[in-house]
Amino acid sequence: MKLQLKIWRQDGSEDPGQFEMHDLNGVSEDCSFLEMLDLLNEQLLENGKEPVSFDHDCREGICGTCSLTINGLPHGPEDSTTTCQLHMRKFRDGETITIEPFRAKAFPVVRDLVVDRSPFDKIIQAGGYVSVRTGSAPDGNAIPIAKQDADLAMDAAACIGCGACVAACKNASAMLFTSAKAGHLNLLPQGQAEKDQRVLNMVAAMDEAGFGNCRNYGECSAACPKDISLDFIAKLNRDYSVASVKKILS
Amino acid sequence: MALSGFVLVGFVFVHMAGNLQMFAGAEAINTYAYQLKALPWFVLWGSRLFLLVAVVVHAWTAAKICAENRASRPTTNDVEVTKKSGWASLNMGLTGSILFAFIVFHILHFTTQTVFPEYKELTTHVPASDGAEVHDVYLMVLSSFGVEWLSAVYVLCMFLLCRHLTHGVSSMFQSLGLRQESWRSKLDSLATLYGWVIFFGFISIPLAVILQKHGAVEVFDKVAFDQVVPAAVSSSIPEAPTQ
Ligand code: HEM
Ligand code: SF4
Ligand code: FES
Repeated sequence: MKLQLKIWRQDGSEDPGQFEMHDLNGVSEDCSFLEMLDLLNEQLLENGKEPVSFDHDCREGICGTCSLTINGLPHGPEDSTTTCQLHMRKFRDGETITIEPFRAKAFPVVRDLVVDRSPFDKIIQAGGYVSVRTGSAPDGNAIPIAKQDADLAMDAAACIGCGACVAACKNASAMLFTSAKAGHLNLLPQGQAEKDQRVLNMVAAMDEAGFGNCRNYGECSAACPKDISLDFIAKLNRDYSVASVKKILS
Repeated sequence: MALSGFVLVGFVFVHMAGNLQMFAGAEAINTYAYQLKALPWFVLWGSRLFLLVAVVVHAWTAAKICAENRASRPTTNDVEVTKKSGWASLNMGLTGSILFAFIVFHILHFTTQTVFPEYKELTTHVPASDGAEVHDVYLMVLSSFGVEWLSAVYVLCMFLLCRHLTHGVSSMFQSLGLRQESWRSKLDSLATLYGWVIFFGFISIPLAVILQKHGAVEVFDKVAFDQVVPAAVSSSIPEAPTQ
């Protein structure tokens, strides 16, 4: 395949950044999007130029490290697929592909296509955990969990924290991520004790980090490689209202 | 946002249903208007204050949300694509702002009658008022909507309201945590239906007035109508010069 790449280059968060055009020949249809970028970087190095920085780790769609907004779509045009699992056969020979970083004030660009997603860690630190009693491991099956709840909690737990939801949102809202992480624990018996506190603290951390307000467009869920449902946002809103009312009354 | 929106959604429906009494004749709408104004002052002003607070809270949170969101996403993509959101959802701020201006105009127009003070002279009697003179809402509305541009403004604003509600009502369920995947499409259809019911309910009045003015229908009392709505300028084509 022959491709023309329009790639965002930015030398740190203070640099305004700009697009750069590169031609790339001999791309196999069977290679992944990241392997295609590897090829580009080899070409750049051979010509004595600076390679393009981009995030990646597992390359098997489970770690949430890869990012990239490809032709305006976070993780590219394929539904339910991370950038590392996206194959070049999904593009046309001779196509111009626009590659941008995940854009949000809360995700400052570190370099080129790499953004700082540590605000997600702040949200997790605010309540994305269950305070465990140390000591011996509890017996398996000692706490019965309804199949329905277990399945829903597993759906929420599928979130890999990639940040595509924020990038897809016109308001850069982190509601889908936060609702998946809070919902996962709030659905399980182990998460009940800290439920109200968790919801209030995680939402506060989310607002503090500078993410926008959810306006129910639904772009996040459509972009999510793990198909996290908007239901978790509705659940977060519900849990948040209950927790706020309880707080006022107590 | 959702709670104030919910109050407005409820109000708009009741308001539309009340207005439709225009089609039941002068006495129906004038009695209705008289009875509303004859409510004990604390009920009347309490409700007005409640609605005013709802509008102010709604507009204020809207302004705050819009400003915060602009700050959260300072850079736009070179390629902007949307998968789910449409014109209605992306332009809530625009439709809302125009509606705000409309609400102000609407109150100055029909409630305080500041825009056209001559409406104040339209009075009548209804049985419920025990001989006291009451404001003739029937004639005021006919006279207003007999003016084409005014009708056009109302119809346009009601279309924007319809768009605002199509996204707003479905969004409201989500914000209140009352939406689920299995109901999502049903709630979306309900919101769309509600938006169109409100649209057609409201615009039926200006539309009927304009149609009657141009002689296409006769739904309002003819004597009253001709008293306040000047006949449409006949669109006769000037005669071709004879040779
Ligand atoms: C006063 C002028 C108004 C302004 C400035 C305004 C503005 C807005 C804005 C910016 C939103 C947020 C949209 C979003 O989250 O995407 C909104 C939502 C909404 N508006 Fe309005 N609007 C106005 C009047 C109205 C009226 C008259 C009604 C109802 C008859 C209404 C019903 C709603 C509803 C139900 C929502 C959804 C609330 C939610 O998602 O939680 N609005 N409005
Ligand atoms: S909700 Fe989906 S898009 Fe958002 S961080 Fe989790 S996996 Fe990524
Ligand atoms: S690199 Fe791990 S999910 Fe893509």
